Amino acid sequence: MTDLLTVEGIDTFYGRSQVLFGMSLSIRAGEVVTLMGRNGMGKTTTIRSIMGLTPASRGRIGFRDADIRGLPSYRVAKIGVGLVPEGRQIFPNLSVKENLIATAANRNGASQPWTYERVIELFPRLAERSGNMGNQLSGGEQQMLAVGRALMTNPHLLILDEATEGLAPLIRLEIWQCLERLKQAGQAILVVDKNVGALTKLADRHYVIEKGRVVWQGNSAELQAAPDIQHRYLGI
Amino acid sequence: MLLLLFEQFLNGLQIGLLLFLLAAGLTLVFGIMDLVNLAHGSLYMMGAYFAAVFTQWTGNFFLGALLALPAGALLGIIVEVVALRTLYTRDHLDQVLATFGLILFFNEFARVVFGAGGMAIELPSWLEGQVEIMPGLPYPSFRFLIIVVGLGCAGFLYLLVQKTRLGMLIRAGASNREMVGALGIDIKLLFTLVFGLGSALAALAGLMSGPITTVQIGMGDNILILALVVIVIGGIGSIRGAFIAAVAIGVIDTMGRAFLPNMLGSFLNPSDAGTLAQALSSMLIYILMAAVLVLRPAGLFPAPGR
Repeated sequence: MTDLLTVEGIDTFYGRSQVLFGMSLSIRAGEVVTLMGRNGMGKTTTIRSIMGLTPASRGRIGFRDADIRGLPSYRVAKIGVGLVPEGRQIFPNLSVKENLIATAANRNGASQPWTYERVIELFPRLAERSGNMGNQLSGGEQQMLAVGRALMTNPHLLILDEATEGLAPLIRLEIWQCLERLKQAGQAILVVDKNVGALTKLADRHYVIEKGRVVWQGNSAELQAAPDIQHRYLGI
Repeated sequence: MLLLLFEQFLNGLQIGLLLFLLAAGLTLVFGIMDLVNLAHGSLYMMGAYFAAVFTQWTGNFFLGALLALPAGALLGIIVEVVALRTLYTRDHLDQVLATFGLILFFNEFARVVFGAGGMAIELPSWLEGQVEIMPGLPYPSFRFLIIVVGLGCAGFLYLLVQKTRLGMLIRAGASNREMVGALGIDIKLLFTLVFGLGSALAALAGLMSGPITTVQIGMGDNILILALVVIVIGGIGSIRGAFIAAVAIGVIDTMGRAFLPNMLGSFLNPSDAGTLAQALSSMLIYILMAAVLVLRPAGLFPAPGR
């Protein structure tokens, strides 16, 4: 299988301070991959570099057949990357329904595109809230809305940054179950999270990063069999 | 007395609606792109000049206005693409300086192209007269037309912003520009469209005030200050706030000028009352702004997330 996303040796800076040092990873179609590491190690920066929000200054980022490093974020989104950002970043002054449909698109001609109705089916909780404004939702509802909003762009790759941070255990479970359903449907997903237990069940492969580069990679069985890696780099 | 009050209210409403047309574009531009555009008053002036020229050329005010609107939008888009795009990432002081430069440019441009003397916009004869909008209350037809057009534009903007995809993106952009981009929307293109729309509205305000005053150099400078007061009171980025603040300012300013001298005259001697009333009425809207800022520092209807 060919790679959907290939990140090869990217360096990214915030101003003059370098955050990523030759960061590399790849995701194949239909695969669920995680990015783990302690806070401040460059997980969000990796995602921002892929999205073109904080452009990488060296290296290559390939998506399908295109070289996307240096593209503005709207072009990256248009060729099929859907972002669920850290902190959810729901539009507070739009209703739930408007949040979903404002940026919706089916640019890549998905045969069964995500629609408002299908997102509501995935997250029935949002149905009761459809007329509420984004800032009237609970954290969990906002997270569901952020996932739905990204799905409505019908992306080839869904990226979730800290999708369960600060949520109640039951809500977390709901989010994980939703990601499991998306995986079954063949959606490629890149997840940043700290919950190793849930991630080893859900994901195919894992990257552990420290100080802006990959220090360990492997599949779920390998990660479970490596408590020292978990302890050293994830603090577990 | 009641009729006089109502007539002055209509005058205030008419000025307020003109202000709203100007402030609507300004508040959208400020709200979405965080750009302070002092040259918005120049687009107002250029709209008036376009209408004057096209009205002379076609011999018909409505044809002239119809041509001036797209001309105003086009001019705004050119200004945005050529000059303002480079300013988005700069801080507000740079934006103020650069767009102030644009004001000087446009004033000089108007002097060179249209002459220093100013131009009049000829109205068709049926708009020169008065209509009886209520029994016993005749009102100048053209001022009445301004009120109708202004309310129509307010309704159109409301529908556009509240009910369409474009409007959702405009609101979303005002609260989180980066996220709108990350979801696949070319925010620059969106902004160019919004800027063109704002310019057309400014041109509309200019061409409608042209027949009342004269079309002259610097006509946009004073009203721009009022428009800035409007968006500060209304809350930056909010069309609804701009509407309410613009009408409030128009009405308060007009009423103050009309009635303060008499009210003060009832307990002061006439010359003192005259001086005080003049000073007070020009201060009224700034007093209102100060009061709003004390109670609601972000304005009446701030765009959330800012």
